[in-house]
This record gives sequence, structure tokens and C-alpha cells, in this order.
Amino acid sequence: MTDTSSALRIVWIYPDLLSTYGDQGNVLILKRRAELRGIPTEVVHVHSSDPVPQHGDIYLLGGGEDRPQILAAERLRADGGLAGAVRNGGCVFAVCAGYQIIGETYGDDDSNPLPGVGIIDIRSGRGETRAVGEIVADVDPGLGVGRITGFENHQGRTAIGPSARPLSTLVRGIGNDDRTEGAYQGQVLGTYLHGPALPRNPQLADLLLRWRVGQLNPLPPAWGERLHDERLAAALR
Amino acid sequence: MSELPLRAQLASVLGRSAAGLSRATGRGDGSVIGGRVALKVAPDLLGELSRGRRLALVSATNGKTTTTRLIAQALREFGGVATNEYGANMPTGHITALSSDKSAVNGVLEVDEKYLPQVIEATQPAFVVLMNLSRDQMDRASEINLLAKKWRTALGKTNTHVIANADDPLVAWAGLGAPNATWVSAGQRWKEDSWCCPECGGHLKRDTDPYWECPECGLARPRTTWSVDNDADTLVAPDGQRIKLQLNLPGDANRANAAIAAATAAGYGIHPERTIDRLREIKSVAGRYTSVVTMGVEVRLLLSKNPAGWLESFAVLDPPRVPVILAVNAQVPDGKDTSWLWDVDYRVLRDRRVFVMGERRTDLALRLETDGVPFEVADRVDEVLGRLKSERPDITKVDVIANYTAFQQIRTAYGRVQ
Repeated sequence: MTDTSSALRIVWIYPDLLSTYGDQGNVLILKRRAELRGIPTEVVHVHSSDPVPQHGDIYLLGGGEDRPQILAAERLRADGGLAGAVRNGGCVFAVCAGYQIIGETYGDDDSNPLPGVGIIDIRSGRGETRAVGEIVADVDPGLGVGRITGFENHQGRTAIGPSARPLSTLVRGIGNDDRTEGAYQGQVLGTYLHGPALPRNPQLADLLLRWRVGQLNPLPPAWGERLHDERLAAALR
Repeated sequence: MSELPLRAQLASVLGRSAAGLSRATGRGDGSVIGGRVALKVAPDLLGELSRGRRLALVSATNGKTTTTRLIAQALREFGGVATNEYGANMPTGHITALSSDKSAVNGVLEVDEKYLPQVIEATQPAFVVLMNLSRDQMDRASEINLLAKKWRTALGKTNTHVIANADDPLVAWAGLGAPNATWVSAGQRWKEDSWCCPECGGHLKRDTDPYWECPECGLARPRTTWSVDNDADTLVAPDGQRIKLQLNLPGDANRANAAIAAATAAGYGIHPERTIDRLREIKSVAGRYTSVVTMGVEVRLLLSKNPAGWLESFAVLDPPRVPVILAVNAQVPDGKDTSWLWDVDYRVLRDRRVFVMGERRTDLALRLETDGVPFEVADRVDEVLGRLKSERPDITKVDVIANYTAFQQIRTAYGRVQ
């Protein structure tokens, strides 16, 4: 969407299934950081009983428990709208359970591989231990995001295929595999930084906005930047 | 109550000594250490101590401590009641509670959600009281769908009678696993964890509160016999009798807790009118809802630990002229993850003076900024009062909403008010 005269469409996929803990924060902060720059926004909530619109700008998927995750994957695959949206040039930001199901396969609670939506070349399974705690990671320098922090809480482990790239290199935490965290392929991006990943990392929110609207006016540092710096210092203490 | 075997008696005595020591040395209220010592000596002590009693187990995400207190208050009609009123809600705390009152035939135990299945199995309670299930401290707690499933399975293996909130789909589904049930329409303000059918995952139809049903598998809200009319501040009993509540604890959440307590007490044979009379005597529960007067200002303390709890607290705030302090920590008992702050809608606070405090006040600050709520940052309650007094000498009231350790810190600063 390079024409800013029409609103930036932020599409929240299945808040009834994939919204475990603070996922709403990502929607709110994208909207706010767009509007602070004079970019009008429209937020669309898509329930699991509704079709996924194919002409949105930024699609958000949140975290979920095991059963809702499986249901969400089944419904998204049957619907086909999300894959269509990506073909139409939509960008995707998926978190935790949402991150796993946009890949080729993910694991159910007995570690059986189940088919994902297949819009990013990753494969997830279940690890021996649960990864819980603060994450610090350095994002792929090509994305111009820098160091990010967040909270992870998942059992999954994720392998990145040749068409995708790791989002970041870990400084602290478990992430995909103890070495990297998250993945991206074109403008489809996923991460284990659950809940309010974008509020805690304003520069990551701006990356998604840049993908859709191009160059952004800088915003004066505010509480988001302060929280980012505070959490970073606390995690590395 | 029947005589305990020798080993259980010894365990019980040792446990009480440890609890006494803990209290005497000021290290705690003794509920946890006492039970821990006793359990080492006799692992099935909880079952032994429960035999011959009529126990009610109380579990939920929110309102456990308060509802346990309300039910105990009602049951004192018959004399002594064994109960863990300090909120030590794991088996060690239950053992301490039951050991310290051996003669009481009736007992009410608050039970941590995760421990409920094993405590049901050990104690074979007369009643299991279930109010609500919602997201809470996800860094260390179980997923709630999984919890509901375990509750349902455990209830299916007993002869117990469930008294449960039919308006919460997860709770209702769990309760439907029990052989007998009394259903209460106790309401559900926070719905974000129950849009999907607990049985099949379908998107629930929830057009008219409090009704819900699954269009895919047909699971539906059970028919209720007790309900609350919040607008009229009234409890409606199964025979249609309307009983004015006029509680001294605030809000719809406490009306719901009282309705559940009245339904439970009725199971013990107490008339709801009598129960409600007794419940009015309670003005605070372990410091919750209590007011302290400091610097000439009445400071009311509201404990809220998760999104559903914050929503209930916002609903009982005094009129907008009364400022509110929000305090959030992220220590182990609070959950180390503050993500939940983003699940709460703060816009209702826009027309009120708001202060943020606690170790994670920067998280709160960003959250409020995002919702367009003006706020100020503070370190301590006294500092806020000083600031307010200097601007408005006639100020008389301030509300405080805090999560667990933030609440305890503030409460301790005022001498562990009850």
C-alpha cells in the first residue's frame, strides 16, 4: 500500500483462538505508530468462523494453547485467505503458536507433525523442555532493527528451511533452537517473542510499517523506547 | 471426626509445632511449613484428616480466597469450621487447616486450580465450588483448557456435588463432568478466554448474556437455579425468593461470590436469607478491599492479579473525582511476564487522575499512553497523597489497584492491615 490516501488495513487473525496473553498489544501499537505519522488505519478482527480477507496490509497472528492452535491451523488451511493475502503482497507478523502454524509443519502435543499454512519455509516440533523467560536477540542486520527483547513461553523448536532466514541471533534465551530466534521470508515474519513484542520493540513495529508504506518519519523517543532500553538492561544484568 | 491413626496423629502434631514456630519467629503464618512437615511423616494425611467431615473445596482463577471466607462465615452457623483462611491453598496448607481444627465436622478449603484434581481425590469432598477460569500467570500456570479438562475428569470419578457458575463456559463444561450439580448464574465480565467451545472448539454463540451455546456440537449453558440481579443488588434463590444483598464488599464480582456462597451454604441446609445476613458482616478479606486512613485520606486497597481481575476492579472504582494508583510488580508470585497488561482495556480511566507505581511501571506507562490515558509516575503511595494534598487539600479518597507483591508491599507499609 504505497497510496496513503486509503487506510492501512491491519488484520487480526482469529483473536478468539490465537490471543493468549497480550497479543492485542501488537495491533494497538501498529495502529498508534501509523497514526502518529498521519497514516490512517483500519483494524479488522477476523473470527475463526469468518473468511480471511485477501487485501489487507498487515496480518497479525498471536499465541494460543495446543487445541486452539490446531483448530486455527485447520481453519486457516481450509479458508485459504491468508496464503492468498501473501500472494497479493500482504505482510504477516506471527507470534508463538501463530509462528509455528504459518510454517510447513508444526507438532501437536504428542509431537506428531501436522500441516501448517505453508507461507514460510520453517518446520516446528516440540522440545524436551519448556522455554520460559526473557529473550535478547540481534536482528538480521539487513532489516535495520537492531537488538530486540521479549518474553518467550513455548515448548516448540523450529528449523529454518532454505527459503527463509532466521530473524535474529540469540544473545539470551532459547528461541528456535538455542542459537537463533524467529524467521522471515519476504514480508512474512514470525517470532517466539510472545504477547506485546511490538510494544516492547518499536523498531520492529516500524519495520512492518515500512514494508507497507515505505520511508517513515522518525518519531521522538517515548515510553516504548524507554521500556525497550529498560528491559534490555534488566535482561542483561 | 474419627480418630486418626498413630502416624497421622504424630504428623499432625509435628506439623502444628512447625507452624507455631514459624509464627512465633515471625517468618510466616505457618500454613505452608506446618503442612510440609506433616506430609513428610504421613503422605496420605490429607485423606485421613478429611474422613468423616463435610468438606467444600473452592477453586477458580479469581475470588477463591473471598468465596472461601464467605462460605466459612455462613457455616459458622453450626459452630467450628476448618478452613485455610490465610490463602495457603496447596495440600500443605490444607493439612495445616484440617489439623488445627480436628473437631470441626464442616470444612471449607480454598484450592489452587492446578491441585484441585488431586485434592478432590484425596479428600472426597461433599461439595466442589467452581467460579471462573481465565488467563493468569502463564509463565508458571497451566493452560486453562487443560485445567478444565483435568477438573472434568477428576469430578467424573467422584460422588461429589458441584456448585458452579454456569455463565463461564469452561467452568460449566468442567462441572458437567460431576454426577450432581447446582448451577448458579454468577456472571462473567471477562469473556476473552471463552469464545470457543470447550468440547469441540467451535466459535460459541453468545448473543445474549449470560446465555451461550455451541452451534457445532450443541453444548449449552446449563439451566440455573440461583442467580444475581446486579442492578437490583439482589440474590434470586431457587424458589424465586429475592434477597437484597447489601454486602460490605464492593462490586458485581462479590455479588457473584456471595451467590455461590449462598448456594453452597444451602447445600449444608442453611437458608439463604440467614447466609446473606452473615455475609454482610465481612468488610475485607486478608486486606482485600480494606481501607487505611493516612494523611487524612482514605486509601482503598484492591488486589487484582490478571486481566479479568483488573476489569472487575475498574468496575468498582469510586466516581471519577477519586484518583487511582495502579501498581504492578513482576516477581515470581506475580508471574514474571507482564504481557497481560495488554489484554486490559484502560480507556475507562481517561477521565480520572491516574498514577503508576511498582517495579514494572514503565510497562504500565506505555500501556496507558497507547490507550490515551494521561498518567503520572510515582514511587510510593505517600508521595502520591502528598502531591494530591498540595493541589487539592480537600481530597478524601484514593483507590489503589495492585497485583500480588505490589499489593503486599503497600499493605505491609500500613502494618499488614486486614
